[in-house]
Amino acid sequence: MQPNQFHSLAFSFAFYFFGLTAIASAIAFVTRKSPVAAAMWLVNVMFALAGLYVMLDAQFMATMQVLVYTGAIMVVFLFVIMLLNLGHPSEIADSRGKWGKIFALFIGLAMLAEVMALNRSNTIDRIIPADLAAKAAEAAATPLAGGVIGPIAAPLFKEYLLAFELTSVLLLAAIVGAVVLGKRRTDAR
Amino acid sequence: MLVESLALSAVLFTIGVVGVLTRRNAIIIFMCVELMLNAVNLTFVALSKVYGATGQVFVVFTMTVAAAEAAVGLAIIIAIFRHQRTVNLSNINLLKG
Repeated sequence: MQPNQFHSLAFSFAFYFFGLTAIASAIAFVTRKSPVAAAMWLVNVMFALAGLYVMLDAQFMATMQVLVYTGAIMVVFLFVIMLLNLGHPSEIADSRGKWGKIFALFIGLAMLAEVMALNRSNTIDRIIPADLAAKAAEAAATPLAGGVIGPIAAPLFKEYLLAFELTSVLLLAAIVGAVVLGKRRTDAR
Repeated sequence: MLVESLALSAVLFTIGVVGVLTRRNAIIIFMCVELMLNAVNLTFVALSKVYGATGQVFVVFTMTVAAAEAAVGLAIIIAIFRHQRTVNLSNINLLKG
């Protein structure tokens, strides 16, 4: 991708389109009463984030986002919502009272102010060394050696091989845990 | 570009926190946690544009942990529902002092 393409109007438009879609869908997600509608808005957030990943040159991550998050995790959520038959009137009034909402809004604004203060551009420039930024710009200009996946696969299977193997143990533990927790106990007391 | 991505990530994370604090439905609170994990993933991807592709390796790990968390958490929610016939956290107050 040419460097000047990053600043073109169409690129900016698409970036803000995906970003604003993500924010609007996230707000719709936390305000919906019905769990199924909330899950659908969350799927929309995840698709918008997948679009942003493509724009940030992380095409493999965008694929994984669609496959794993919207394709697997959210389907499991919807499956459980429908299995438990949620959404009948007693479950719908599930928000906290007025004071709880005001408290949550206050906490949210305080957190947002804190993170935004960290997020100012001069802070970003300070945490990113200039030589690293130059090297990244140079690497972005040259075509990748192993395609899109190569730069991710190399550290995953070399530097972080132990963590990768431990992840498989984590998944095995999660599978066993889910089966044990979900099993109907016939011999319990 | 980078600053906008980080700001978007902060906004999404905050929306997730507010959702956890205001909602009472266990499944929706769980989905808010997934939204927060997604916001962190966006931070990793945005910074990996500057720091190199290692950040995307951590996104792979985050997604794996999120998948494991969803499996175990939803199994816990099903077990609670079987016991209490509800997933509203107002009615699940066994440990409340």
